[in-house]
Amino acid sequence: MDFGLTDDQRDIQRTARDLLAERSTFARVREHAEAHTTDTALWRELCELGWPGIAIAEEHGGQGLGVIELSILCEELGRAMAPVPFLASAMAACVIEQAGSPEQRERWLPGLASGETIGALAGASDGSAGLVVSGAEAGVIVLVEDDGAGRIVTPGEAEVSPLDAIDPTRSAARVEADSTVGEPLEHGCPGLGRALVAVSAELVGVSERALEMTVEYVKDRKQFGVPVGAFEAVSHRCAQMLLDTEKARSATAQAAWSADAHPEGLAEAAAMAKAAASDAGREVTQGAIQMHGGIGFTWEADVHWLYKRAQIDSVLLGGASRHRARLAEILADRVSASAAA
Amino acid sequence: MDLTFNEQESAFRDELRAWLADNQPGAKPPADAGDDAQFKWRRDWQRRMYEAGWAAPAWPREYGGRGASQTESAIYFEEMGRARVPFAANTLGLLLGGPTLMVWGTDEQKERYLPPILSAEEIWCQGFSEPEAGSDLASLKTKAVKDPTHPDEWLVTGQKVWTSGAQYAKWCMLVARTDGEVAKHKGLTYFLMDMEQEQVQIRPLRQITGEAEFNELFIEEARIPDANVVGGVGNGWKVALTTLMNERAGLGFALQVRLRQLLDDVIAAAGEKGLLENPLYADKIAELHIRCETIRLLAWKGLTDSERYGQPGPEGSLVKWLWSDTNQRATQLAADVIGPEALTSGTLWSYELMRSRGNTIEGGTTEVLKNIVAERVLGLPRLKVAA
Repeated sequence: MDFGLTDDQRDIQRTARDLLAERSTFARVREHAEAHTTDTALWRELCELGWPGIAIAEEHGGQGLGVIELSILCEELGRAMAPVPFLASAMAACVIEQAGSPEQRERWLPGLASGETIGALAGASDGSAGLVVSGAEAGVIVLVEDDGAGRIVTPGEAEVSPLDAIDPTRSAARVEADSTVGEPLEHGCPGLGRALVAVSAELVGVSERALEMTVEYVKDRKQFGVPVGAFEAVSHRCAQMLLDTEKARSATAQAAWSADAHPEGLAEAAAMAKAAASDAGREVTQGAIQMHGGIGFTWEADVHWLYKRAQIDSVLLGGASRHRARLAEILADRVSASAAA
Repeated sequence: MDLTFNEQESAFRDELRAWLADNQPGAKPPADAGDDAQFKWRRDWQRRMYEAGWAAPAWPREYGGRGASQTESAIYFEEMGRARVPFAANTLGLLLGGPTLMVWGTDEQKERYLPPILSAEEIWCQGFSEPEAGSDLASLKTKAVKDPTHPDEWLVTGQKVWTSGAQYAKWCMLVARTDGEVAKHKGLTYFLMDMEQEQVQIRPLRQITGEAEFNELFIEEARIPDANVVGGVGNGWKVALTTLMNERAGLGFALQVRLRQLLDDVIAAAGEKGLLENPLYADKIAELHIRCETIRLLAWKGLTDSERYGQPGPEGSLVKWLWSDTNQRATQLAADVIGPEALTSGTLWSYELMRSRGNTIEGGTTEVLKNIVAERVLGLPRLKVAA
């Protein structure tokens, strides 16, 4: 049993972290957040490096690597709060690759792999999706209904109305597509598992960064003549933030591994990962604001970007409650199967 | 990343599973048969494991083990948990005493003490905690002084608490203060104390389950020869840390499997009652399922990272904290799912409901574990308290 990354995966992680530390500083994130713009220069650079196609098959212009590699990038982009449409596009590609027909894959994946086309993915109810992350700039949008039926729509076919979401580092839109519009995906949506891993990995990165910033702050900030991190009321909250982050990380790692090596376990592993990561993302970023005290509530401090990203991600493709409900169904099926046996 | 066992590990597991399928300790003696009957049952079971070479697979071959890797050792405990067999009678000797001697003991000590630990001929107990030294172990007060009339012997006086198995033990791993003039961590020495002397009085400590797993020791000028000092005079804190580090490994894998079984039983009961379709129950059960699975993942990640990369991550301190809290929640949920009859005395549920309260205290309280995480993993400053 081995939870470690291969040398190649470690290289990807290191390269991504170094690049983003330089290109996606909080100063840069803030600039784009306040202007409500995508960092197109960074996005172009990532596209040139082949990031959007990392997990897309080589025959469709991708790098043909696995979900583990994809989740490494999602985690690093989450850490850096990069103002780019990577996650949405990667999630759309995951679903089209897993659930699309050969023609659909042929039509959409090369553009998603090169980054020429930006994709988006959202849960929808009767063709209506209230908030689609990166939807305002997407050239292709995958809508997945509650029953798992999926459709590919384009902005020309659907009504796409840009809107302001609480996380201003990425665009968002409301999408309405009546039932006659777009092409149904050939196979329901088993591919959602991979998309769930991607968003969970981003939440792990966001949590990890929020914890790091908090630890740094409470070591530095003094009250009553000592660093506030020396008080157990503060240090125990930080310990809890670490526990939440590590729970999410281990569940997400298992789900990424399942996607690549053990697909029959993916549905359960992905539900666990999304539930754990959604909870962690909220708890840890809330904790970060609280442990920063008054300064944490100001626009000027950077923790709120992480909080806002975590809030959106944690409800994306269903919040923790939805995924725990899904797990309970899986458990119930298992109980009836063993009772029948 | 590969979350499966390799061929050698799978073969190890299969061999053990096959042995466990053919060898069972028999039914646990009923509660009214008394502690002695239960202890005999565990001692017989250890002898059986010993004869088949399964008492301590992690011990090196030269000491009668199998030289099992850390992963194999964890598989061993998972399988013991899965087979629902009891812990060996001499678990403290096998997991704590033996490995401590292997690090710090002299050749004579290893030769003298290791074989009867393995065969359960001599049972070991642990004399660390005191009434006034729990989480702050280094402040312990039990004193050892040289006997003025026999300069190669020590006289020990003090009180120890939470000593499990003391009434059956031949040897006690005892930490005592041998120098009161130096800093508290520096004046300690680690001894092996013979329990068969009248200067050591044992009083059972009845716990909230009604049983007495633990004892208090009242020690009044007990004699310990120089030859029974482990790791040198004044070096007791370091030797004790070796023992304590072993306490946190190993068994955790068996306990984590037991939690899994407890939860599986709760899930089965909930399924029978249709409660898995009730969203409030379903949500709680799914959350415990996630916790249980992440405990397993964190435990394995901690072990394999340190085995493969020589770098233990933060998982070690997190697993015990998460496990103990989850075990308490699972027993609470069991009562909700099963209803009042779960609380009939003598049921597994009612026992676990009471026993699990100890989980967040024994082997490092959750509060201390949080301090350890904050200080050693996150690097937060420590609040200075009066010495």
